[in-house]
Amino acid sequence: MEGIYFDNNATTRVDEKVVEAMLPYFTEQFGNPSSMHSFGNKVGLAIKKARMQVQELLGAEHDSEIIFTSCGTESDSTAILSALKAQPERKEIITTTVEHPAVLTLCAWLEKDGYKVHYLPVDNKGRLDLEEYKKLLSDQTAVVSVMWANNETGTFFPVVEMAELANAAGAMFHTDAVQAVGKVPLNLKDTKIDMLSVSGHKLHAPKGVGVLYLKRGVRFRPLLRGGHQERGRRAGTENTTSIVGLGKAAEMAMEAMAFENTEVKRLRDKLEAGILAKVPRSFVTGDPDNRLPNTCNIAFEFIEGEAILLLLNKFGIAASSGSACTSGSLEPSHVMRAMGIPYTAAHGTVRFSLSRYSTEAEVDRVIAVVPEIIAQLRKLSPYWEGDGPKEEAFAPVYA
Amino acid sequence: MWDYSEKVKEHFFQPRNAGVLEGANGVGDVGSISCGDALRLMLKVEPETDIILDAHFQTFGCGSAIASSSALTEMIKGKTLDEALKVSNQDIADYLDGLPPEKMHCSVMGREALQAAVANYRGEVWSDDHEEGALICKCFAIDAVMIEDTIRANNLSSVQDVTNYTKAGGGCSSCHEGIEEILVKVMAERGDSFKPGTPAKEEAKPAGMTNLQRIKKIEAVLESVRPQLRRDGGDIELLDVDGKTIYVSMTGACAGCQMEALTLQGIQQKLMEELKEFIKIVPTKAGALSRASCNP
Repeated sequence: MEGIYFDNNATTRVDEKVVEAMLPYFTEQFGNPSSMHSFGNKVGLAIKKARMQVQELLGAEHDSEIIFTSCGTESDSTAILSALKAQPERKEIITTTVEHPAVLTLCAWLEKDGYKVHYLPVDNKGRLDLEEYKKLLSDQTAVVSVMWANNETGTFFPVVEMAELANAAGAMFHTDAVQAVGKVPLNLKDTKIDMLSVSGHKLHAPKGVGVLYLKRGVRFRPLLRGGHQERGRRAGTENTTSIVGLGKAAEMAMEAMAFENTEVKRLRDKLEAGILAKVPRSFVTGDPDNRLPNTCNIAFEFIEGEAILLLLNKFGIAASSGSACTSGSLEPSHVMRAMGIPYTAAHGTVRFSLSRYSTEAEVDRVIAVVPEIIAQLRKLSPYWEGDGPKEEAFAPVYA
Repeated sequence: MWDYSEKVKEHFFQPRNAGVLEGANGVGDVGSISCGDALRLMLKVEPETDIILDAHFQTFGCGSAIASSSALTEMIKGKTLDEALKVSNQDIADYLDGLPPEKMHCSVMGREALQAAVANYRGEVWSDDHEEGALICKCFAIDAVMIEDTIRANNLSSVQDVTNYTKAGGGCSSCHEGIEEILVKVMAERGDSFKPGTPAKEEAKPAGMTNLQRIKKIEAVLESVRPQLRRDGGDIELLDVDGKTIYVSMTGACAGCQMEALTLQGIQQKLMEELKEFIKIVPTKAGALSRASCNP
């Protein structure tokens, strides 16, 4: 596939070395790790190795704290539902307005069952108010679920500090870290984080594999029952090939961590500065000083994101947008709305997310193409005239 | 990525009649900023004849919103105002070889802009009575507001009722949970509570067609698309109806043509609307099927 792939927060390409590590486990090493013969035994050892590779990446104290799952969403659901089941006397959840739908949709569903869910708001840079958080914590709080880094803007949340506060209130703390793992050095053994979700395909492992980190001693109630796999905490025959792949990807992520935070960050900063300098009425959303090194989310005022993506795609450039039309819903991104970004800008947000495979030439090409595309669409926009917004504001009859 | 037709892409990448129209004497500004669309339609109308001499647009919106606007301007140029007002949103979608169900509102916006621009030319005030909610049923493109209003107006209490009155939920059935949620909400307003398993209202049940009636309807739909196919040197033939599966054969230039899948999709949609049920259209070679059906 030729083209410039700047949508790595959606998914990443599987590293060739990861594929290489996986291949034997489709054919020669096809055994079921539970079997009592050497076909199974060898695969069991490979899974053990993968578990230790992930343990290393997360800075977990024990390899038994790593539970392999099918994806980030399964890990999120398992963590939150387990916390509620394990503490039936506590009926409240604290989360944020900008979580991934994997958490938000589950919370909305739990509300129907009588759970009280508190949604922490964010300010215009996507930051949480910790004072507000402290007020919400109580002996009713079963679990706090706050993402490590936001998938749309890349903004970090102070999860380590928030976990300590939750712990002091006797509540469990879960973090959806699918965007952060592999880009941020983690040392979970020194934190009060009880549960953490990982998704393989965000860090150059295949789709269909994830991890739930579960700190030793934290009360747990499995979601899937019916087998002794993962020490009875996640029944179901292991996705052996993908688990081996995730292990290899974790090892490679450790090696690339510094590169992600220097070289990838430099390219991201160059891309962002280049676009902002050439496109009037555009701005970065989220907290520019405190975010993932690979992510940049830019709002282009008075035009719509899907139209931008279609034109970018014509130039072979892949990105994503918070516009309503890309999701099939009628509302623009809940993250943009939570930050109070006006509709005319929220619909025109585009997220560029780089990876360690991104190149300087690609960044230069995107900087060259984007201003043309934006100008072309603004020519079509009823809000725009010449070089800026129409003087006489366009005010349509709204449906 | 949306599955846009070539026609939609073409009108998006090379929009016709984009930009300000100097000397416009009818302007319609409509939009739904929350769903990310806004459109200004500008008309130059000849006062003596009411003929639209020129039409331009400016659109804030997605690919299909821009394509719908472009198509609309092409469709109404040269028409009188009364003729132009007969253009429905479905006509706009048809002109573009169809729009994904989530995007049908883009063609609705085009139709509204036209009404607003004509009202503006005639010195009338146009007000919008169309409210739109989240898309619930993707098979028939029915949104939440439509479902809510219908439940209220007819005192509905079951998913089957909603399907009978709006078609929503009559297809793949994955939206039944969403419909139940709306029922819970609206029924609570009238002090009622939703109970699964409530039978549908008697009088609303569809009369039920005999096999012969169904086949006649299917034939009628195929007949209605036949002239268009023949114009392109092709044809379609009904081979068999097996429950919800309708076997057809495409002949002439249509067989294996690049547009075959798209054409069939359009015909399937039309059939579903006519029959008011979820059906699947399967292209088959004439000989293959007769053998298969002789051997149950």
